[in-house]
Amino acid sequence: MKNRSLTELSAGLKSGEFSSVELTQYFLQRISNYDTDLNAFITVTEEQALSAAKVADEKIAAGSATDLTGIPIAYKDLFCTEGVRTSCASKMLDNFIAPYTATAVEKLTQAGMPMLGKTNMDEFAMGSSNENSFYGAAKNPWDLERVPGGSSGGSAVAVAAKLAPVSLGTDTGGSIRQPASLTGITGIKPTYGRVSRFGMIAYASSLDQGGVFASSAEDCALVLQTMSGFDAKDSTSVERGVPDFSASLNDSLQELKIGLPKEFFDEGLDSNVADVVNEAIEAYKKLGAEIVEISLPNTHLAIPSYYVIAPAEASSNLSRFDGVRYGYRCDEPKDLTDMYMRSRGEGFGSEVKRRIMTGTYALSAGYYDAYYLKAQKIRRLISEDFKQAFENVDVIMGPVAPETAFKIGEKSDDPISMYLSDIYTLSLNLAGLTGMSVPAGFSRENKMPVGLQIIGNYFDEAKILNVAHQYQQVTDWHKKMPSAYAGEK
Amino acid sequence: MEWETVIGLEIHAQLSTKSKLFSGSSTEYGQQPNTQANVVDLAMPGVLPVLNTEAVRMATLFGLAIDAPIGRGNVFARKNYFYPDLPQGYQISQFDKPIVELGHMDILLENGETKRIGVTRAHLEQDAGKSLHKDYAGMTGIDLNRSGTPLLEIVSEPDMSSAKEAVAYMKKIHALVQYLGINDGNLQEGSFRCDANVSVRPKGQKELGTRAELKNINSFRFVERAINIEVERQIDIIEDGGKVVQETRLYDPDKNETRSMRSKEEANDYRYFPDPDLLPIEITDEFIETVRATMPELPQAKYQRFMAEYALTDYDAGVLTTSRAVADYFEEVAKSTNEAKLSANWVIGELSSHLNADDLEISQSPVSAEMLSSLVSRIADKTISGKIAKEVFQALWAGEGKTADEIIESKGLKQITDSGAIEGMIDEIVASNPAQVEQYRSGKEKVFGFFVGQVMKASQGKANPAQVNELLKDKLKE
Amino acid sequence: MSLTVDEVKKIAFLARLSIQEENIEQYSQDLSSIFGLVEQMNAENVDDIEPMAHPQDAMQRLRDDVVTEVDQREKLLSNAPLTEDGLFLVPKVLD
Repeated sequence: MKNRSLTELSAGLKSGEFSSVELTQYFLQRISNYDTDLNAFITVTEEQALSAAKVADEKIAAGSATDLTGIPIAYKDLFCTEGVRTSCASKMLDNFIAPYTATAVEKLTQAGMPMLGKTNMDEFAMGSSNENSFYGAAKNPWDLERVPGGSSGGSAVAVAAKLAPVSLGTDTGGSIRQPASLTGITGIKPTYGRVSRFGMIAYASSLDQGGVFASSAEDCALVLQTMSGFDAKDSTSVERGVPDFSASLNDSLQELKIGLPKEFFDEGLDSNVADVVNEAIEAYKKLGAEIVEISLPNTHLAIPSYYVIAPAEASSNLSRFDGVRYGYRCDEPKDLTDMYMRSRGEGFGSEVKRRIMTGTYALSAGYYDAYYLKAQKIRRLISEDFKQAFENVDVIMGPVAPETAFKIGEKSDDPISMYLSDIYTLSLNLAGLTGMSVPAGFSRENKMPVGLQIIGNYFDEAKILNVAHQYQQVTDWHKKMPSAYAGEK
Repeated sequence: MEWETVIGLEIHAQLSTKSKLFSGSSTEYGQQPNTQANVVDLAMPGVLPVLNTEAVRMATLFGLAIDAPIGRGNVFARKNYFYPDLPQGYQISQFDKPIVELGHMDILLENGETKRIGVTRAHLEQDAGKSLHKDYAGMTGIDLNRSGTPLLEIVSEPDMSSAKEAVAYMKKIHALVQYLGINDGNLQEGSFRCDANVSVRPKGQKELGTRAELKNINSFRFVERAINIEVERQIDIIEDGGKVVQETRLYDPDKNETRSMRSKEEANDYRYFPDPDLLPIEITDEFIETVRATMPELPQAKYQRFMAEYALTDYDAGVLTTSRAVADYFEEVAKSTNEAKLSANWVIGELSSHLNADDLEISQSPVSAEMLSSLVSRIADKTISGKIAKEVFQALWAGEGKTADEIIESKGLKQITDSGAIEGMIDEIVASNPAQVEQYRSGKEKVFGFFVGQVMKASQGKANPAQVNELLKDKLKE
Repeated sequence: MSLTVDEVKKIAFLARLSIQEENIEQYSQDLSSIFGLVEQMNAENVDDIEPMAHPQDAMQRLRDDVVTEVDQREKLLSNAPLTEDGLFLVPKVLD
């Protein structure tokens, strides 16, 4: 069952070949078999999953099922799920039972998808390796000594090792695309405002966006379809129609104009990664696309700008974790200040503290103009770069990350080198555009997966899904599985 | 040395919306703790604010009333600080782009002159929750029902130079927000609060002295006292060779002193930045015109109109327009009785003194405008005398009846205007008091009052006094 | 760009984060190198550029003034470390 697309699973459910309970049990069994090694899940919600599967089976029997009814899913542990622990992989929220459900999750639940559990991540989505988790690092199924990327590492691992057919993540600076690339699966980050942020625990509010991990663009399209759309509870979600993402998957790519930003192919890019990406570009030529070299001249400013804006927003967003209404409170506080200082000091991990302090400093009196305001101006420059580029091309392509999955511990003591690995993904979040990572092959050197990044214009998800799908019709990289998890234990 | 006082006020007026500024929780006062705080008000992880349209309308209405430009793309900012009654760890407020820009408010000075006070700005922000200091085993209890209630913070220029001026300004703003229907004016429940920035400087000096901020003074009387006592304190410090420290101070009405609030002083760096969960608020010409069309008559215009339309004195018109509720009450009575002067007398006199005695707002008056109208009408058509009317009013106030007629009927208070009946009573009294009749006729006209009193007594006060006078004079001549 | 140990302590207090004394030096190094990276922005002249606070050039949507919430106190207080009489309890607040 793990090798079937969501459409095939739905067909199997509707034809009675298997029930949702059986399908859900199958994935729960895989979680139980393999997750001890992989650490993709923080919480497995077996009971809820099976009772939801039962309800789904009734719906299917009654003929009121959608295309997703009965197909189980996993959620990054920052989507609030009522009655279930929602930890953000932090000691701060280790005991937090969400009192309500995120809109995106609610929509998929309404569509009949049972929840398998909540997946591992970098604490409060801050990180690119999933090493910053209170529950320990998640492991890359292609090599357990390597990171799966982050921050949505657990959700990527769950799909890569087929512990779940599909999962949700969030992407603030590359947190869907980079782990998708590092674990060899398909992931999409929608345009800012396409998916409601209500119930997604905020890292950086003007950058965060929920998205999907799956085995193919076709599967991503189905799930994204259901979770997208305006939400009255999120003032930044956009009031516009959601096109049928699946309808245009088979459009021809003849005369498609693909822009390759020269700044994405500079000396920082690992040559093995470059080879894989270039090969993918060749495949697009064969599909009839035209390749144009473009320039995004302010790309080098994305990291400095991002590492002011995101921490600044985070420093304020995370102020609510104060040990008063929920979450961790230190033992025997001496007084009010001591309660704040120690609850937060002990409840947050070191990367979270680093970013809160970075943001606090950037916003503090006397520094606001030099850092925050300047970063926002650079943000406009970066956004203008994309605007100009999209006047001449339909999509932009390049690598997702400068290198393949690195070893656990390799960068954990060096925040700067970790930050630099986001170089090709951050600028898209600053602009608010949509982007994907699509499996494009393996590094000759270390046999680790490499993703191709496809960037679309605002609200052009249908276009990039079409572009990815056409590639997946002529390649089978997205069907490769790490051999240790390809069978059944 | 002669000293000059400089005062600026920051008024926090809760807007009378049904729901909160960014959530659908009720803003009702006095409910059980934390029963009106939803996931947004409690700043649960993952929640987002959605702006209440009514708060924007109310702020715009206020801006138009003080003749201020409305910020076309005003923006919400986060003011970051930690406090247990502030669940987000930041207050959503407005910083460099407020919804109401520079406006003004005129106040009347004691010497009869008018002074214009600048209103620097007014902006929307969230109210905080409440800390309850009742002893919970040495801890403080936090109630977040008020958390997120919309506030309009109205900031004045430092244009006031005495406590009296400050109070006059505060009262004018207080009346205005009620006129506009955007605030209930209730100082006791804290829906209208005031902070005062106070400094002193030698007379004639240009630059301002160091100011102290007096927090949350919850009555007009306390504002005056707090400012005066703070001014004295600052002058004493300087005259003793010391320096005033810039700080927040709390007025203690029991001891009539201000004292430093040190806890508010530490690390005063609010790190304002635009709230990324909220977009700029678009104010269009069309919106402004829609709001302007709903602008009620303002106090000054109403005052002028009352003098012109109802021929009221300057004093009466002034008193009747201090609050919209009083003005509306008066107008209802005046219109339905067509007796403006009489209505004004009753509202300013009997009604006000009863309200004061029982410490009630006019909205809580047991005698409604309709009830008072029925009373005024009966005075006007001479069914009862003014004296009897007071008795009827008292009965209405005590809830003994719904209309004046009902009371007059049940108590038999109807004025006697039948001259035959009055003559009968007079005849009897004249006959039984021959000595007094003799005195009167011999020129002792003072005795006339005795006869009037006797007749009124015999009629239980119901005889029409004018008729009694006339008939008595005739009878006594005989 | 370098942040002193004292500056780090000041920021940590502003952010209400207790930091172990032995880790302060490390934070000061880390923050210094982060701001070193950030200061690459200084090479750029952005005086005439309008700051961008949001990906979208949209305006705020407004909500009708309607009470939509019912009392959920019991559920919403259930995550709190300490409560009494429907109140959240914290160490004494001094004013």
